[in-house]
Parts: sequence; C-alpha cells; structure tokens
Amino acid sequence: MANLKEIRTKIGSVKNTQKITKAMEMVAASKMRRTQQRMQETRPYADKIRTVIGHLYQANPEYRHPFLVEREVKRVGYIVVTTDRGLCGGLNVNTFRALLKDMKEWRDKDVEVDLCLIGAKGVQFFRNLDVNVVGATTHLGEEPKVADLVGSIKIMLDAYTEGRIDRLYLMHSEFVNTMSQQPEIKTLIPVEAIDAGDLPQHWDYIYEPDAVDLLDAVLMRYIESQVYRATIENVACEMASKMVAMKSATDNAVKFIDQLQLDYNKARQAAITQEISEIVGGAAAV
Amino acid sequence: MSTIHVEIVSAEGEIYSGDAEMVVAPASLGDVGITPRHAPLMTNLRPGEVRIKVPDEDDEIFIYVTGGVLEVQPHLVTVLADSALHGDQLDEQAALDAHKLAEAELAGAAGKEDIEHAQMQLVEAAARYSAAQKLKGRRS
Repeated sequence: MANLKEIRTKIGSVKNTQKITKAMEMVAASKMRRTQQRMQETRPYADKIRTVIGHLYQANPEYRHPFLVEREVKRVGYIVVTTDRGLCGGLNVNTFRALLKDMKEWRDKDVEVDLCLIGAKGVQFFRNLDVNVVGATTHLGEEPKVADLVGSIKIMLDAYTEGRIDRLYLMHSEFVNTMSQQPEIKTLIPVEAIDAGDLPQHWDYIYEPDAVDLLDAVLMRYIESQVYRATIENVACEMASKMVAMKSATDNAVKFIDQLQLDYNKARQAAITQEISEIVGGAAAV
Repeated sequence: MSTIHVEIVSAEGEIYSGDAEMVVAPASLGDVGITPRHAPLMTNLRPGEVRIKVPDEDDEIFIYVTGGVLEVQPHLVTVLADSALHGDQLDEQAALDAHKLAEAELAGAAGKEDIEHAQMQLVEAAARYSAAQKLKGRRS
C-alpha cells in the first residue's frame, strides 16, 4: 500500500511541474513574437549604416580613422552577449563552446583575450575560469536600451584606441528561425570591408563640419547599432529557445506521467489480486 | 527628369524609402539641398525637417528628425536619423508643450551641463514646433 501512495504523490508533483513548464512555454511564445518584431525593426538601421560604412571604406580619405586600420594582433577583445536567465536550453552553452574554441585558437598563437560580458549567465560562467574580464553589464530586461550598453561598449572602444587590444569581436546568438539559433562571431573593429557595389575608384566625401569628429560619430553609431542589434537578437533567441525547451519539458512530463500511471495501475491491480487470493485462501481454510 | 533614391531610417525602423527629385535636409552648418548626381557628402544633422520632392507630385513630403547623419552618394541619399517622425505624426500642441518645458528648464538650470542639455531640448522643441506649423499652413 505504501508503494501506491508513493506513486500517487509522485504523479501529483510531476503534474505540478508540468503546469509550470506549460505556463513558461506560453509566456515565452508570446514574448518571442514581440521580441522578434523588435528585432525586425532594428534591421533597416543596422543594414543602412553598414552600407554607409561600406562606402566609407572605399573612399580615399585624407584622414584614416583608427577603427578602419588593420593592426598586428597582440591582444583581442570580445563583447559576449548572453541571456540573463536560464532555462533556455543549450543557447548559452553553445555560445560559450564556440567562444572557448575561438579563445583557445588565439591562445595557441600567444594572443591574450579580454572579455566584456553582457548578460548575467556569461558573468556566472566566466567567474570561475581563468579569463580576463574587463567589463560586464547585466539585467537589461527584455527591452534593452542603447543607453544601457554604451558603458560596456566604451570600455572596449577605449581599449582599442589606447592600443590595449588590436581587434574587437562581437559574439552572440543568431536567430535563424524559431527552432534553430546559432552562435555567431562578428568582427567589429577593424571594420571589415563590405562590398557596396560599383563606386568610382578615387573619391572622397565632403565632410561637414570636419572629418575627424564626423567619422568618430558615424563609427560610434555603427558599433552601437551592431551591439544593440545583437542584444535584441539575443533576447529573441532566448525566448525562442526557452519556448522549445519548455515545450519538450512539458512533453517529457506527459510521458513520465503516463509511465507512472501505468505503474500505479499495475500496483493497484496486484494489491487487489493479492487481497482476493488472501480472502479465498482464508475462506478455504475455514 | 532624373531622380535620386532616398532612404530614411531610424533605430525604430524604416521611415521612408523612395525616389525623389530633390531632398532638403537640415545639416549642422545650414540646410542642404540635394539633387541627383550630387557629390559624395557626409554631414551631421540638427533637429529639423527633411523635405522630399517626389516626382509628379506637387506636395513635398515632410519628415521630422531629431538629428543624425546624412550620407550622399551621386545616386543615393541615406539619412540615419536618431529618431524620425512623419509629417502627419507631428503634434503641434505636444511640440508647444515641449518647448515651454524646455524653456522652463533653461530658466531653472544651474550648472553648465544643465544649461547645455536644456538648450538642446529647446532647439529640438522649436524645430518640431516650426515643422508642425509649416505643415498646418499647407493643410489649410
């Protein structure tokens, strides 16, 4: 009889867990739709500014901004975007795995790595590892603001201008579709050459008021928009991944309950059979 | 008549995309008019309205921007706006309120940074108000 009660409590607890995962799945699904839309809204700006930078790259200016110049690599920096909360499947783990692989390749070449972390999960993960973390921003919520990111971006940009790092990468999850998110590494600085179509060979912009300030502002905007986009995209990934993870958790709970129910019925049947045979045995003895 | 392609985007999304005969934008050193085959140009924008003359239409399109960057290629004008509003989204009353608020803030501002900030707000509110008023004049 004790066995029967045990199974019953277990079914109850699994059912409760299932209710929670089901609710989380639905919350994630509705949030995903919103974040996906927000992600689409940031796309035109990020694309256009990329085209402008592409033009800029092909121009022949009298002033070359340091962000456009390739340097010999002695130390690299990464801006790593992760989620703030867990329960979102393998999203962060995949990002870390790709990052660690990349970092190992640099270290094999005797290049040191600096990290700037966006998102609490990244901070947790690298706390116990032997890496150089120079900046961190956490708890941006589901609607990250550019203003919240500026600080960590500035740390890395200053490091680049002062020559402490010679390359800056951006690492985040790419939203392929609802079922699939992939870690992606992009070079932020030096700004990569982008094919911007057939422009004449030797030309330069007329800069108003002056090239130095203007290029500074444009490149700053560019990098901010890229990091902002990555953060927004990462939120969309988090929600999609959470939805899928919670859905499979709910499905597993259903399977588990079925199995437990079967065990329960068998145990009950065995108990009844035993009781009957005891009664019959008792009656025969009388 | 030849045309030039115009794209206006802000961080919140695409605002306008299409061909134009001429674009007038509020550059930081004064308004610039851009017609097709303009020399490559890059400049800051101050708060104000971008006017787009669309071929075969008498009315110009007004788009209000709070600043940003303008890039010109012979065949292409790109406005990277910090924030942009279509002319018909401009609310004259709201603009006037913002103007008053900015003025009040300027009067009460103490430090140098405060004053700069308030002045910037005032410029923005004034530009927004004048854009709204111009639009109103055209409507009536």
